[in-house]
Amino acid sequence: MIRPDATAVASAIRSGALRAVDHARATLDAIDTANPGLNAYHEVFHEAALERAAAVDALIAAGRDPGPLAGVCVAVKDNIATTLGQTTCSSRMLEGYRSPFDATVVTRLVGAGAVIVGKTNMDEFAMGSSSETCAWGVVRNPHDPTRTPGGSSGGSAAAMAAGLCDLSLGSDTGGSIRQPAAFCGIVGLKPTYGRISRWGLVAFGSSLDQIGPFTSTVRDAALAYGVMAGIDEHDSTSAAVAVDDWQATPATDPRTLRVGVPSQYLRNNDPAVTEALDRALALLRAAGATIVDIDLPMTDHGISTYYVIAPAEASSNLARFDGIRYGHRAAQRAGEGLEELYARSRSEGFGAEVQRRIMLGTYVLSSGYYDAYYDRALRIRRLIKQEFDTAFARCDVILGPTAPTAAFTIGGVTDPLQMYMNDVYTVNTNIAGIAGISLPGGTDRSSGHALPIGLQLQAPAFAESRLLRASELLESLLSA
Amino acid sequence: MAESPTSLSSKDVAHVARLARLHLDEATIDSYRTQLASVLSHIARLGQVDTSGVEPMAHPLDSVNRLDADEPGPVLTVEQVLMNAPAREGDFIAVPKVLGGESA
Repeated sequence: MIRPDATAVASAIRSGALRAVDHARATLDAIDTANPGLNAYHEVFHEAALERAAAVDALIAAGRDPGPLAGVCVAVKDNIATTLGQTTCSSRMLEGYRSPFDATVVTRLVGAGAVIVGKTNMDEFAMGSSSETCAWGVVRNPHDPTRTPGGSSGGSAAAMAAGLCDLSLGSDTGGSIRQPAAFCGIVGLKPTYGRISRWGLVAFGSSLDQIGPFTSTVRDAALAYGVMAGIDEHDSTSAAVAVDDWQATPATDPRTLRVGVPSQYLRNNDPAVTEALDRALALLRAAGATIVDIDLPMTDHGISTYYVIAPAEASSNLARFDGIRYGHRAAQRAGEGLEELYARSRSEGFGAEVQRRIMLGTYVLSSGYYDAYYDRALRIRRLIKQEFDTAFARCDVILGPTAPTAAFTIGGVTDPLQMYMNDVYTVNTNIAGIAGISLPGGTDRSSGHALPIGLQLQAPAFAESRLLRASELLESLLSA
Repeated sequence: MAESPTSLSSKDVAHVARLARLHLDEATIDSYRTQLASVLSHIARLGQVDTSGVEPMAHPLDSVNRLDADEPGPVLTVEQVLMNAPAREGDFIAVPKVLGGESA
């Protein structure tokens, strides 16, 4: 596997050692060669990327600094609005949709010198854990094309793992960055809720959604995060909390690091996943870190809580797709009223999983069930948050597997509930609104292929510097 | 839970589909009935948790929504607003007739 290095690319381009145009052309060539087999990209912006790269080179020639991401090639998940190309959320509902504005994250990346090379495939409206609900075909895992790259940000993860960009963007509502990062053997960061603007991210679960980067290294994740993080006047839920400069934070001294390991994260894992976690713990212990046994009993209620809150929010958010102002509109039938037109437009435009979640969300919010489901889930949400608060009084970060298994085969999981269980270790991060990251942590060779295994670190809200420094330490211990 | 979710009937599913403005055929209603019942049975385990005296948490941030200053800012042009409309007449989005009668 190719290991792209965004930091090195930007540094080479800023110093004049590499031309942005040459780098963009090489990236586009790699996409043209590998994408037909992977289906990571839905759209590739050959011309616009080369023009943008030429503009970066022109700035350098004029003695100006294009920014910390000078010439870095970025792939954008297709639920993030770009004026370039379409923004479809991998749904027939938004086939052909063109955003009149760029998402704040896109504006910030481009402002820092980045070159947007394309839009990536995903589970439709980010609902899925395998990128199989994508209306534009399944995405394949570069480590084994018979397997899924995970989801919902599978295209961005596959593009990154195959070296078809220097960094990519995903969104994470219940694990949609961290699980595909784990399955593809790369780094995936889900920042604290509110840390990165959601302006221009098509809403799924508004109290859960967060944008974050996929990268090869922790250093690159920190670079992309630093460019994107911070308050945005367009997103009233972007936090008015100063972004801490991770580089100003000293490197983590393992001898002062307390790593919490919840007993609930140790059951039901494949043997190779258990092995990977044990190895990481042994390395941390040998380096002087303190391993703290902690208890997060609410882990067992995470999936249930999530599958009340997220569909409830989704059913409200997706009500806007009615076929009137934008999106798919069914052909009108004689004598048909507006309500029938809405219903047919929605059922023609949305795929099965999206409709299933709209149904679930509508059900739990409907009269007579609201208290039993939604209100109860919101109370348990507070218990989940309190449980993390208690745990973080005893440890600095929480370590565990990102997912109980390595990548599963395409078509291998057909029961919706079984698919949902994939996110057992990741959903509570979103429910509590804290920060999480998945790091490459080992390899599962039991299938004959070398399948990556991901390890997840979690840290309290707005403690990204701590999370990134601890990740950097673990990354170096694992690669030594 | 107040209701046993496995008792979900096709009629219940059809009712929810109507609330959600989804047009589902009978076969789809039947498959959703089975799948939703299975997910709801799983979710029903939340009923085991003692939530008495716990304040519901709708959002991870404590802060309330910020309000912008009431000042005009850049807005989308009519062209930008209409460029994704499925049907258009001049500067308007064309929609089906919603009132009965020839002149409505």
